[in-house]
Amino acid sequence: MTITQQILQQLINGISLGSVYALMALGYTMVYGIIKLINFAHGEVFMIGAFIGFFSITKLGMDFFPAMFTAMIFCAILGILMERLAYKPLRNAHRVAALMTAVGLSMLFQNLALAHSWIGASAKGFPQVFPLQRFQLMENVNISSDRILTLAIAIFLMIALQFIVHKTIMGKAMRAVSLDKDAARLMGINVDKTISFTFALGSSLAAAAGVLFALNYGIVVYQMGLLPGLKAFVAAVLGGIGIIPGAMVGGLLLGVTESAVSAAGGSMFRDAVAFAALIIMLLVKPTGLFGKNVREKV
Amino acid sequence: MKRKLSLVLVVTMVLSLALTGCGGNQPQAPAAPAAPEEIKIGSVFPVTGAIATFGQSSLNGTQLAFEEINNAGGVLGGRKLVLINEDNQSKTEETATAFQKLITQDEVSAILGSVASSHSLAGAPIAQAAGIPMLSPTSTNPRVTEVGDFIFRACFIDPFQGQVMAKFALETLGVTTAAMLVEQDSDYSKGLAAYFKKAFEAGGGTIVAEEGYKSTDTDFSAILTRVKAANPAVVFVPAYYGTVGPILRQAQAAEIDAVFLGGDGWDSDKLFELAGDAANGGFFSNHYSPDAGTPEVEAFLAAYQAKFNAVPDALAALAYDAAYMLAQAIEEAGSVEGVAIRDALAAINFTGVSGSVTFDENRNPVKSAVIIEIRDGKQVYKATVNP
Repeated sequence: MTITQQILQQLINGISLGSVYALMALGYTMVYGIIKLINFAHGEVFMIGAFIGFFSITKLGMDFFPAMFTAMIFCAILGILMERLAYKPLRNAHRVAALMTAVGLSMLFQNLALAHSWIGASAKGFPQVFPLQRFQLMENVNISSDRILTLAIAIFLMIALQFIVHKTIMGKAMRAVSLDKDAARLMGINVDKTISFTFALGSSLAAAAGVLFALNYGIVVYQMGLLPGLKAFVAAVLGGIGIIPGAMVGGLLLGVTESAVSAAGGSMFRDAVAFAALIIMLLVKPTGLFGKNVREKV
Repeated sequence: MKRKLSLVLVVTMVLSLALTGCGGNQPQAPAAPAAPEEIKIGSVFPVTGAIATFGQSSLNGTQLAFEEINNAGGVLGGRKLVLINEDNQSKTEETATAFQKLITQDEVSAILGSVASSHSLAGAPIAQAAGIPMLSPTSTNPRVTEVGDFIFRACFIDPFQGQVMAKFALETLGVTTAAMLVEQDSDYSKGLAAYFKKAFEAGGGTIVAEEGYKSTDTDFSAILTRVKAANPAVVFVPAYYGTVGPILRQAQAAEIDAVFLGGDGWDSDKLFELAGDAANGGFFSNHYSPDAGTPEVEAFLAAYQAKFNAVPDALAALAYDAAYMLAQAIEEAGSVEGVAIRDALAAINFTGVSGSVTFDENRNPVKSAVIIEIRDGKQVYKATVNP
C-alpha cells in the first residue's frame, strides 16, 4: 500500500464517519438555531433510532429502508414529545435550566435503555442486511456497499433538508422563528408548531444517522450515542452552531480529522484531538467556520 | 444564616462518617463460635454489562458444582456450601463494592471471582487485607495473584496465552509477520499483547504494526487501514468478544487477508452474532474444549446440558473447576478459616474439567491450553499445548 493509497483510504474512512456526524450535527444546530438550546439528549435519540431500526429488522422482519423510515418516524415523535414535555415549560426560564434538563434527559434515556430487557448492557450485532460488496477504486483502496449507501442517504437527507428549509412554508417559518421569535409570532407564525417541527426534523435525522452508524460499524449498544453525540456537538460548533451548511462541513471535517489522527499513528488521541478542536475553535473563532460575528442582542 | 446552615451540614457529614465507621468496626463478631451448619462462599460474577455472558457462564458453572457437592453430602462432614453472588455489572468500581459487601456484610469464608483481570485487580487487595482466600476462575493477568498470598486462580496466565499464540503462529501457521490491535484500557489485552510480542520476536518473527484503541471505540476503520498497509500475515487481537466482533467485521470490509488470532476473550457465541461470517478462519487459545474427550469433560458436559440445556463454554468449565477446587481445599484444610484454606489451596493437587492443576510459588496453576479454530460459525478443537 503506497502512501497515496493509504491517504485515499483514510479519507474514505473519515468521510464515512463524518457523514454520520454531519447528520447528527444538523439536529443540534437546527434546535440551537431556533431556541438557543443545546439538546444534549440528541445522542440518545441517535441511539434510540439505531435500536428502533435494529428491532424493526430483527423482531418485525422489516427490510432495511422501511426499518430506517420507522426509526425516523418514531424519533420524530419522540423529539416532539421531548420538546413539549421537557423543554417547552422551560422556554422562558434561564437557559441553564433547559441545558440541565437536556443533560438529565440524556442520562434518563441511557439508563432506561440499560434497564430495558430488550436492550440491556451488552452490545448486539446489527444484522448484515446487504451482502458485503467491496468496490475497488484503485489498487488497495476500496469502499464497501454499506459505506456508499451511508453516503448516498446522508447526501440525500441533507439535500432534502435544504429543500425543506429554503423552499417550503414550514422552512420559511423555521427561518423566521430563528431570526426573531416574537416578530415571527406577530406575523402570524405558529411558533410552537414550528419549534416542534424543528425537533421532529432534527430527531429523525439523528435516527437515520443511528441506523446508518449501526449498519456501518456493525453494533448497537445503549452507550453508542454518548461519544458520537458529543462529537456531533463539536462538529456543530466547528461549523458554526445554528448554521446548517456549517454542521455538514463541521461533521465531515471532524470525521476526516479523526481518521487523519489515527492514520498518523495517534489512534489513542483521536477523541482528545476532537475535543481539543472544540476548545481551540471556541477560543479562536467562537462563531465557527461559517459564523458571522454578530453582536449579541441584549 | 448561610454560614450556620453550612456548619450544620458539615457537622452532620462528619457525624455520619464517624457513625458508619463505627458500624463497620463492630459487627456481631463475638457471636460466631456456635459454628453454623452452612459455609458461605461469595462470588463476584458480572451477570449484566459488557461481559455479561462471561459472568452468567461462570455463575452457572459454580452453581452446578455447588449443587453436586451438596447433593454428595457437602464438605467437612455434611456442611452445605451456600453461594452468594454479587453482580459487579462488568464495572471495576462496582467490583470493589461487591468484595466489601461480601466480606463485611455477608462474612463469607472465601470468594470465587471475578471474571475480568481488571475487576479481579480491584477486588484482590480487599480480600488480601481481610485474609479471605480469593480464587478467580478466569483472570489471566499475572498481576492478579501478585497482590498477595490469599489470591489464587484456576486458569493459566497471560504470558502463557501470549506464548501459545505466538508459538502457534510461528510453528503451525508458519508465519513471520504479525500486527497487534491492543485495547489500551484493558489489563487483559495489554498483558496478552506484551507476551505475544516477546515470544513472537524471540522466535524470529517481526511485529509490523501495533495499534491501540479504547474499549468504547466503535470505528476501527482507520487503524485497520494502517494494519493493512503494514501487510502482516497474522493479526493478534487480544480482547473480549464485544470489541473483537466489530473489529473482525470491519476488517472484512477493509479487505484484510491476514489470519486473525485471539485469546480466551473470544470465547462467546455472541462473537458470531457480532462478527457474522467475518469470524471464520480465526484461531484463539482457550482453557478447555468440549471436544477434548476426557472422562471429566464428558461428565461435566452431560450434567451442564441437563441443567442449563446449553453447551458449557470455557468460563463455565473453569468456574466449575474453581468451585470444586475450593471445596477440596476446605475439606483438606478441615476448617473454614482463611489461613487454613489458603494453605490447603497452595498445596492442592487437583484434576478437573480443564486439566490437572498444581500451583507454582506465585499461586498460578501449571496446566495446558487448547487452540480453537472458528470454522463455519462454530468452535472446532484444533490442538492442545502443554506448558
